[in-house]
Amino acid sequence: MDQMAVKIRAKDLNLFYGDFHALQDIQFSVPEKAITALIGPSGCGKSTLLRCFNRMNDLVENCRITGSIRIDGQEVVDDRTDLIALRKKVGMVFQRPNVFDLSIYNNLLFGLRIHRMVSGKDRILATIRWGLEQVGLWDELKDRLNQNARTLTLEQQQRLCIARVVILRPEVILLDEPCSALDPIATMRIEELLRELKRDYTIVIVTHNMQQAARVSDYTGFMYLGRLIEFGTTSQVFTNPRDRLTENYISGQFG
Amino acid sequence: MLRKGFTDSIGELEQMVLQMGQMVITAVDRSIEALKNRDTAAAQQIIDDDEQINKLRWQIEEDCINLIATQQPVASDLREIIAVLAISTELERMGDYAEGIAKITLMHGSEPLLKPLAGIPVMAKKAADMLQKALEAFIARDAAKATAICDEDDQVDGLYDQIYRELLTYMIEDPRNITKATYLIWAAHNVERIADRVTNICERIVFLATGKMPQVNVSKY
Repeated sequence: MDQMAVKIRAKDLNLFYGDFHALQDIQFSVPEKAITALIGPSGCGKSTLLRCFNRMNDLVENCRITGSIRIDGQEVVDDRTDLIALRKKVGMVFQRPNVFDLSIYNNLLFGLRIHRMVSGKDRILATIRWGLEQVGLWDELKDRLNQNARTLTLEQQQRLCIARVVILRPEVILLDEPCSALDPIATMRIEELLRELKRDYTIVIVTHNMQQAARVSDYTGFMYLGRLIEFGTTSQVFTNPRDRLTENYISGQFG
Repeated sequence: MLRKGFTDSIGELEQMVLQMGQMVITAVDRSIEALKNRDTAAAQQIIDDDEQINKLRWQIEEDCINLIATQQPVASDLREIIAVLAISTELERMGDYAEGIAKITLMHGSEPLLKPLAGIPVMAKKAADMLQKALEAFIARDAAKATAICDEDDQVDGLYDQIYRELLTYMIEDPRNITKATYLIWAAHNVERIADRVTNICERIVFLATGKMPQVNVSKY
């Protein structure tokens, strides 16, 4: 673990929702091009921590952050941060697939347009094809790109959401319970996709499902009451956790 | 299965390991008695009874597989199940060594022993004592005690050396002694292996208690 390249480094991170101290003195390093899982009981702060990495908490009223988060050494907790550029670099996928009520093609075109990344019909189509190939959807959908994305299965919609992030060439992908709306087979396929994507991207996943964290991630952080209690390789955390709280949580003794 | 049910299942596994350990200790003790008395009927009984030890080992393994498949154990629960699997395999093999001593008794038949048994029963008592303490350390998750037990293996190895040297002199003195002396060397070697496998069990106890996989004692043999 000492040799891992660090993509995101949080230092003395504290977050308040009004008076509520939701994240407390977080020290956390996210390894590059690996899957890091955040686990912990409901309300422990894992989604809040995830949302810090692309400043999504700015959308919450009365939210105040102190401390530092550096991505590739660049400070994120700073009023001067370009949030649009940050959220392009650090993409996010949510619990329920949130496809736009548009065609598959336009769902993917949306981000490309905002960021003015590609122009010309052929180049746009090539980029969209690349994005769909990245998530294993091209063969299934290539003949119906004009179909409304909401007609797809939930798994396909979630893959499309991942494609929508990937197509913007991010460096980090944040996933907040990405499989909780999916059945076990679809969940397994998304997990396989994540394992493929980690070759190119740094992935942080929040999950309630401990078996999923154990299966899919390389590193695991356990959070409890706003604190990061333990962080280590997934095999260490799941076979020999250092902290009694981690042990009790992952072995189902509370939570 | 709720956590309580799971905890109960782990408790049952521990009980089966203890039961198996006691069966092995009894088998070792009886095998030495049978050899000492050239009691072929008792030896045959030990061989037949080994089947019970084997059955218990398969039962433990089946229960461990079921728990892994259905409960996805992690952390110390997982280490315990892995330790139980490994310990039961060691115990089963120790039962086979006792059975091996019984087979030597059958080969020996009612002929008088080359010499009255002196060192081998001491070795066997020491090995059985180490196993008893290892079972206690297993239940107590006591890594320090398990490590200390391993150091006792050197005493068993020392006794084996003595017995081996003594029997060699009998063979050199009179080649007609070779067959009987070889039987006794085999018996002593089986006891040495039993003690050695106790140290393997102790390594598993250290793993169970600490999560580390040490090699705590490298036997001379």
